[in-house]
Amino acid sequence: MSDDPIDTFRQEAQDLLEQIETGLLDMAHRPGDRDLVDAVFRGLHTLKGSGAMFGFDALAAFTHHCETAFDRVRKGEVPATPELVAAVLAAQDHMRALAEGTDASDAEGEALLARLRKAVDAAAGVTVETACVPGAATWKVRFSLPADALANGTRPLPLLDELRELGDCKVTALTDQVPPLEALVPTECWLGWEVILTTAHPRSAIEDVFIFVIDEMTLEIEALGSAPQVTQDHDAPPEALLAAVTREQAAPAPEAAPEAVEAAEVKTTRVGDTVRVPAERLDELMDRVGELVIAQSRLKQVAVSSNEPQLRAVAEEIERLASELRDTMMVVRMVPVAQLFGRFRRLIHDLARDTGKTIALSTEGEATELDKTVIERLADPLVHLIRNAADHGLETPDERMAAGKPATGHVTLAARQAGAEVIITITDDGRGVDRARVRAKAEDNGLIAPGAVLSDNELLQLIFHPGFSTAATITNLSGRGVGMDVVKRTIEGLRGAIEMKSEPGQGSQISLRIPLTLAIIDGLLVRVGPARYVIPLAAVEECVELTVEQDMRSTGRSLLTLRDRLVPFIRLRELFRTGLAPDPHQKVVVVATGQERVGLVVDQILGDHQTVIKSLSAFHDDVETFSGATILGDGGVALILDVSHLVAAGQRQDAQLRAAG
Amino acid sequence: MSESHTSDALQVLTFDLHGETFALEAGWVREVLDLTTETNVPGAAPFVSAVINFRGRVIPLADLRLAFGLERSAPTIDSRIVVIEYDLDGAPTLVGLRADKVHEVTSLEVAETEDAPRVGLRWRSDFIRCLARRDGDLIVVPDLDQIFATKGGATGAVIQLSAA
Repeated sequence: MSDDPIDTFRQEAQDLLEQIETGLLDMAHRPGDRDLVDAVFRGLHTLKGSGAMFGFDALAAFTHHCETAFDRVRKGEVPATPELVAAVLAAQDHMRALAEGTDASDAEGEALLARLRKAVDAAAGVTVETACVPGAATWKVRFSLPADALANGTRPLPLLDELRELGDCKVTALTDQVPPLEALVPTECWLGWEVILTTAHPRSAIEDVFIFVIDEMTLEIEALGSAPQVTQDHDAPPEALLAAVTREQAAPAPEAAPEAVEAAEVKTTRVGDTVRVPAERLDELMDRVGELVIAQSRLKQVAVSSNEPQLRAVAEEIERLASELRDTMMVVRMVPVAQLFGRFRRLIHDLARDTGKTIALSTEGEATELDKTVIERLADPLVHLIRNAADHGLETPDERMAAGKPATGHVTLAARQAGAEVIITITDDGRGVDRARVRAKAEDNGLIAPGAVLSDNELLQLIFHPGFSTAATITNLSGRGVGMDVVKRTIEGLRGAIEMKSEPGQGSQISLRIPLTLAIIDGLLVRVGPARYVIPLAAVEECVELTVEQDMRSTGRSLLTLRDRLVPFIRLRELFRTGLAPDPHQKVVVVATGQERVGLVVDQILGDHQTVIKSLSAFHDDVETFSGATILGDGGVALILDVSHLVAAGQRQDAQLRAAG
Repeated sequence: MSESHTSDALQVLTFDLHGETFALEAGWVREVLDLTTETNVPGAAPFVSAVINFRGRVIPLADLRLAFGLERSAPTIDSRIVVIEYDLDGAPTLVGLRADKVHEVTSLEVAETEDAPRVGLRWRSDFIRCLARRDGDLIVVPDLDQIFATKGGATGAVIQLSAA
């Protein structure tokens, strides 16, 4: 945990702002949802409070205005109109700037507040569908706070005052929990309260009084008089429901003796126990696990070559533990892509506003998980791709109508796992890539010779060329020259690949293939000549023997018939120029990326190997055949084959040979 | 780094490559290793044709003999690997350098060092930071920036200004 309280606050503020943003964006679809309104309000309130506590006075003051506005929404005085939501969204960016302490001008803040006030006033003019129940009702409210409530800054008196504001109150203190004097710790709160309240406000208004403390406290609200006992309102916050459930479990017969319910004993379940850990610590831990895995492979080798059964048993035990530890470690580092996708809803919202287009974003496979480091490095490229899709890809509503398409443009963001890779696709149903314009632009820039013959795929690949941008007018959003080439480089830096498909008039799809992790993989250890190499196991489809017949026949074109399919193969021995005679029984390891397969001819398959990936230095940047290296049990180094590169090379070689006849 | 030879004394580690004496700034040197298992990297520049395991890290093994057009003699009992930490494009990188024999850490006085002469040498002059004379011997201080940037002149031909 960071020692600097300011940093801690910034982290907290970041989370709160994200929570507020999610709530606001959801509100666009479910404007009447009370839970959302409450969540946003609570977020704003906490942000204000913590901000003031850590000396972010400007932030606290600014947030206060938004909170006030939202309080009116919460009380049902004004509805959450789209303008109001948009105004708070805009204000939220200002809060972020204030929390970061970066360039947040006061004038900008004033403008935002003015916009907010206007939105609230406009909304107030709209008739509000009131949820108030006519006529007064009498309620019995019993509540008690946890013992450490006072130490945590909760004050019971304002709660009582707020209840009094709702209507006539008769407050009784419940002292049955107070311990004997000698055991009493003066800073602990053992009092409970019973309030008989007559009010015209609905039950939810009473619950709202406790909105900030409801997670920790026990609360019972009971309707008195002729009204039957209400178990729970359907619109109560989930926490209250939870508290009620817990209470009922503790006292199965509530009508029999409500006094028997020992308030102090009732514990509400804490939801989502999480620990915040700085990412560097996870990385350090990962390094240690990596070293352990290497040491373990050494131990395994020693154990295998010894005849000591006890040593073997221990070595096997450690192998199992190291493997489990590795798996756990990987899981710890995995985060769902939902975290990443969530950010883009806001982006689409802003893009729609700035371009005047109607855009709907749908996401699929948000539960797909990726290594945290990978997720972070994917954010910028995805922002760029989504901007491109919305700005260049989608047409204006008029153009869409004219083309016989629905006015709303769709951008779909999907993630799914395929073996050791996650495939993320960005699909739009816009106009597709204008081939003629790409070609003209490429000719202008001298990327291709005028009239050069290019396959459709080659033409699309030009988009990823440095400095290429087809936007006729350079907008605020995209087309600033830094573009797809940067995206491509970033993806390749993650050992991933980028592909593009586009149908004129139908839209475009960009697929990113990203390896699950950058740290440890399961590998297949093979031998080629004197050297050992690792093939990522997830890419391996099968291993077969290269028969003498196939070996002889395939001197010109290296093809292998595998279940009625022709698979090109690469002799690694030749590729690596070992210069030694091949082993008599060579094996073919068939690897695949997506649909494409290629066979790799090796001398021997040595077995599986837990591979801790070490990157190669800048000296070996130009060696594309290898994606990294790993350290073997005997201390030697094995290079890791870059499967996607080899598959591409194999397909290319095959295409060339086929073209040559 | 080009200005450091004007400071009073240069702490260096001296070593031999095919009969010539070279010197590296001592501050860069992390460790001197005995020969270890090397793994060839097919397709890499000959100057950095292999990698080794250095304390759990995979580091490139560079051969300065290739940069200076020296013959590669067979390993002897004196052969060593000098591991240095060098700033490569802003990232501190561990690099192993082959040495036929490692001598000592010593200081070269400024008076002893001189800029690389333009003629009379069979090596690329931009690969040499300066030369020093000591007990009648010539000590070469290589310019690692240049050598690493060109991967030991992997593509460029070695200029031969005079016959050896």
